[in-house]
Amino acid sequence: MRWLLPILAAFALLQPAAAQDRMPPAPYAYTQLEDPALEEQARELMHTLRCLKCQSQSIADSDAPMAGDMRHQVRSRIAAGESPDEVRNWLVSRYGDYVSYEPQVSSTTWPLFAIPIVLLLLAGTVLLRRIGRPTDTADEGESA
Amino acid sequence: MKRLRYSLWIIVGIASALFGLFAYQLTQPKDEFVQSAMVGEPMPDFELPPAVPARPGLSRADLADGEAKLLNVFASWCIPCAAEAPQLEALERSGANIVAVAIRDRPEDVERFLSVYGNPFTRIGRDDISEVQLAIGSSGVPETFVIDGDGVITYQHIGDIRENDVPKLLEELRKAQS
Repeated sequence: MRWLLPILAAFALLQPAAAQDRMPPAPYAYTQLEDPALEEQARELMHTLRCLKCQSQSIADSDAPMAGDMRHQVRSRIAAGESPDEVRNWLVSRYGDYVSYEPQVSSTTWPLFAIPIVLLLLAGTVLLRRIGRPTDTADEGESA
Repeated sequence: MKRLRYSLWIIVGIASALFGLFAYQLTQPKDEFVQSAMVGEPMPDFELPPAVPARPGLSRADLADGEAKLLNVFASWCIPCAAEAPQLEALERSGANIVAVAIRDRPEDVERFLSVYGNPFTRIGRDDISEVQLAIGSSGVPETFVIDGDGVITYQHIGDIRENDVPKLLEELRKAQS
C-alpha cells in the first residue's frame, strides 16, 4: 500500500477545485461563543434560519461560505446582547419571511394555522355524530 | 343513497382540484431568487475599507451624496460576474456612476479580475464577511442595486446583467436621480 501515499499527498496539496473563495471563514462561523448559554441560544436560532445559497438547509447545517457569514452575524449579535427574536427580525427585514423556518401568523400564512383547527373541529363533529349516540343508532339498525 | 352519491362527487371534485393545483405548480418554473426586502429602504450604515489600492473604499455616506448610483455586488471568484463585465462597461459609458462591494475577496484576486475584465467602478469596498451583503438583503453574487441620491435603495437586479437588462437599469437609475 506504500504506493498510495504519494498519490494521497498529491491530492492533499491540490486546491479544492470547487472552492468558492480563498478567504478564511468569518471569526464566528465555526467558533462557538464563550458563554454556553448564549451559544445555546445562537445554535437554536441558527437551526431555524434558512441558508440563502443552499435553500433547503438551515445555516447551522450548511458549509456554504455565506452560511458561515450568517452564523457569524447570529453569534456576534447574540454576544452583543440582542435577543434571538431581534436577530431573526433583522434577517426577516432583509430577506422577508423566507429566511425564517419559524412561520409567523400573517395575512398570507393564517390558513396554515386555521385549516388544521377547522379540520379537527370537522372530524370531531363527524365522530360525535357517529359514536355520540350509540344506543340510538343501534335501535335504528334493529328497527330498519 | 342519493346523498351518498353527491358527497362522493364532492370528494372527487376536491381531489381533482387538488391534483390540478399540484400539476400547475409543478409545471411552473421554480423561482429561486430571494428578493431583497430592503428595496425602498435607506441603505444601512456601513463603512468598508478599499478592496484595491487604486480605488477608495465605500461607506453609507458615499451613497447619500446627491447622485444616484449603481451598487454592484461582485467577487473575483464568481463566474457570472465576469460575464456581466461588458454590460457594466456599457452602463459606465452611458454615464452611470458604479460603485462596488467585493465579497470575500483577496486584494490580489480583485486586482487580477479587474485587469482582465476592466474596472468600471469608482469605489470598491472590501467585505470579507459578507456583512454589507447581508445588511442589504442580497443573497448572492452578482447583484446590482440602484441607490438614489439620498441613499435609498430603489431597485434590485439579481444575477448577471444581460444585454437586455441594460436599458431597464439605466431607466431605474434615471428615475432614482429625479
